[in-house]
Amino acid sequence: MSTEQETIEEFTNSEYKWGFTSDIETELAPKGLSEDIVRLISSKKDEPEFMLEWRLKAYKHWLTLTEPKWPNVKYPDIDFQDAYYYAEPKKQKELKSLDEVDPKIRETFDKLGISIDEQKRLSGVAVDAVIDSVSVATTFKEELSKHGIIFCSFSEAVKNHPDLVKKYVGSVVPYTDNFYAALNSAVFSDGSFCYIPKGVRCPMELSTYFRINAANTGQFERTLIIADEGASVSYLEGCTAPMRDENQLHAAVVEIVAHKDATVKYSTVQNWYPGDENGVGGIYNFVTKRGICHGENSKISWTQVETGSAITWKYPGVILKGDNSVGEFYSVALTNNLQQADTGTKMIHLGKNTKSTIVSKGISAGKSHNSYRGLVRVTKNADNARNFSQCDSLLIGDKCGAHTFPYLEIHNKNAKVEHEATTTKIGEDQIFYCNQRGIDTENAVSLIVNGYCKEVFKELPMEFAVEAQKLLAISLEGSVG
Amino acid sequence: MDNDIKNWYLSNFKTFESTLNGSGKTAFERVRRGAITSFSELGFPTTKNEDWKYTNVSPILKHKYNLADGTPSVSPDLIKQLTFEDVDACVITQVNGQVIPGFSDEFKQDGVIVTDFQDAFKNHADLLNTYLGKYSKFKDESFIALNTAFVENGIFIFVPDNTTVEQTIHILHLSDGAFVSHPRNLFVVGKHSSVKIIETFYAQSEEEYFRNSVSEVVLAENAFIDHLKVQDESKKSYHISNVQIHQEASSNYSATCIDLGGKLVRNNINVVLNNENCETHLYGFFLGTGTQLIDNHTFVDHAMPHCFSNELYKGILDDKSTGVFNGKIIVRPDAQKTNALQSNKTLLLSDDASINAKPQLEIFADDVKCTHGATIGQLDDEALFYLRARGIDKEMANALLRHAFMSDVLENIKDESLRKQLDDLVIERFTEKE
Repeated sequence: MSTEQETIEEFTNSEYKWGFTSDIETELAPKGLSEDIVRLISSKKDEPEFMLEWRLKAYKHWLTLTEPKWPNVKYPDIDFQDAYYYAEPKKQKELKSLDEVDPKIRETFDKLGISIDEQKRLSGVAVDAVIDSVSVATTFKEELSKHGIIFCSFSEAVKNHPDLVKKYVGSVVPYTDNFYAALNSAVFSDGSFCYIPKGVRCPMELSTYFRINAANTGQFERTLIIADEGASVSYLEGCTAPMRDENQLHAAVVEIVAHKDATVKYSTVQNWYPGDENGVGGIYNFVTKRGICHGENSKISWTQVETGSAITWKYPGVILKGDNSVGEFYSVALTNNLQQADTGTKMIHLGKNTKSTIVSKGISAGKSHNSYRGLVRVTKNADNARNFSQCDSLLIGDKCGAHTFPYLEIHNKNAKVEHEATTTKIGEDQIFYCNQRGIDTENAVSLIVNGYCKEVFKELPMEFAVEAQKLLAISLEGSVG
Repeated sequence: MDNDIKNWYLSNFKTFESTLNGSGKTAFERVRRGAITSFSELGFPTTKNEDWKYTNVSPILKHKYNLADGTPSVSPDLIKQLTFEDVDACVITQVNGQVIPGFSDEFKQDGVIVTDFQDAFKNHADLLNTYLGKYSKFKDESFIALNTAFVENGIFIFVPDNTTVEQTIHILHLSDGAFVSHPRNLFVVGKHSSVKIIETFYAQSEEEYFRNSVSEVVLAENAFIDHLKVQDESKKSYHISNVQIHQEASSNYSATCIDLGGKLVRNNINVVLNNENCETHLYGFFLGTGTQLIDNHTFVDHAMPHCFSNELYKGILDDKSTGVFNGKIIVRPDAQKTNALQSNKTLLLSDDASINAKPQLEIFADDVKCTHGATIGQLDDEALFYLRARGIDKEMANALLRHAFMSDVLENIKDESLRKQLDDLVIERFTEKE
């Protein structure tokens, strides 16, 4: 038992490996939030009138809202007037090639192991790299434009494709949706925009690396992905953030629209700074992610690996509007130390013959709390809807907690809905079995946990699957249940 | 409107208090006062309250019900009809929450107390003061507060240590007229003792009324209670029930809850496993037709290690009925080696029927085994076809399959003759429709 105890402690003590700050000059707007700041952000970005109006509407709506308190997480009140709402790295000049990218930014990427040029050469992944709030490098644009695919920063899209933005922004997550969505709609700084035209299969996996960099900067990313009829795309999002003492708020919004026969796969590896072992610092990750399967036979799939953030609070959902549409949600959420996670999904079945699958794997260690909260709603007209949900929790150590709050609201007699949940710890017999075969306890735990998460990992694109396993291994160093 | 109805009940209380006369002077009076103050602060729950998200109580609040007065009429034939044949039971009849001595058997076993509160306040005041109102916390549940304020005439069962009660105790709740009643039970079972209790709820006529019942159940070390509840109220009535169970070491509580009647039904069953090696079984079956709303909330609190709980709730919903199931299991930090199971299965037979299920697990200990499952579906077409192919008509085939679906709830009733009679009662309901 004592060795187990030690290894638990080791696990609990393993430090955040990606903690560093890169020294890039940052342009900051004054602290606080007001109508002027919203106007400032909009004008900095040379946005058209409709965008500003939309922001202001969102801001006014936000003023009427109060912070939601229902999630199963605890944190001190956030002073929304004590944060910067706009920061951008100093621009040097227009970039023509990667060589012109600020060397320090390049360095940051290299430390993270992202290395744009390497990815460009080897993996064929186009990277729209976002440092703080402004996109500084976009690759493979030409290759994509050959197929008619638009993949650019949100602010570029607002300038170059205002009709598309106007049509789709807020169509899945309206600014009235919730407190943080309203906030994001008012002050979102940048993000990614992606449009796949009719019948196009995106030739490469699209990826964006978010990174919080300047101190005290709230990040308000906004991502909009539109897959037109018959289009298909796989989108990757990964995050790491440097070590910091003050809590940082991250309130992003992701909207996905899938038209008839379109397929969108959205994968996330989230590794924001989780705070130190006393829970000091760390990111508040309050994200609204939602996709809508607009047309028949469309499909949206969310895969997420959540290992970071002091608090993770998000429910990537799918509205299954088109007949025969499919929604999927695969999640691994690992919490350690004093981390808290309240995550899950919403599957809203509106169309006929719609299907959804939910697989959620929660792992709690240290003194952390991990909650699954999910909603499956089958409306009256959603004939033959089918849902399968499985949410398992694994507890490592006796000071953590695992919670499950599924909501099933079924209003159609043809619906078939299954939900199951289990909570267990790693069996001593399993560890013993591995030990017997010469695998030390630490590796055994890593092995078992990876096996436990395999169902989700196999949904990740190759590069991410590797990264996710590494992340998990780091977080699991020396853990035993 | 909300305030209006609240004031109605508050003024109801004033009248009630003045009728108490001598019994108003008991120590319990302070509890009553406290409860009415809590109720006055709490008001009635709304759907904004997470526990009442799917159940809107406003239909209950539309009526200003009086407490029943005068002597209710009871027909001996009805009592005969409503008691179970071949079950050795001591029947206690309550109409509108009042015990009717003429229709209640006297219980004869040494040391065992089965009586009403009137008598208990006089002769067993110390016991009543020890237990009554100590488990059902009225501070945060307004219906419990309301009940507690109006406690006058409940049923008190006390089984001393080392006693096996042979005879089943059957409490028959009837209603007569459009009244509000606040039935209250207190069951205390001593160490190494066991008892079987049946509670049934019926209406004498199809009327609107509001029954707000609270039971407190206390199991001492190694005690055993088999608790069966059959709720077959008028289809126009409102039924709110709160059962609070407190278990000590190695005790075993087993409950079966069958809901057939009522327009709006809410059952809260809270179990606290307060010491090691407890065992809890909660079985439930609900059948919704018409516009019924049947809401089952269960809460199993694993406060101590080495306990086992098992829960199975099944429901069939037809027409425009709505079902709610909320099963919550908490495993406290010290409750290692807990084994908690929960399963909820519902059949939806009509497009207008709906179910809201919310199984919840909150686990704070690592060495535990907890599972919950929820399924929602329909009768299997292939099974139907199989039966039809063998010459069984559609109606019968449907009834057979529904019967099979609910049988794993009823099969937990150990008394064969009792099980058979309940079986028949439910099957009768299946074929009533269609």
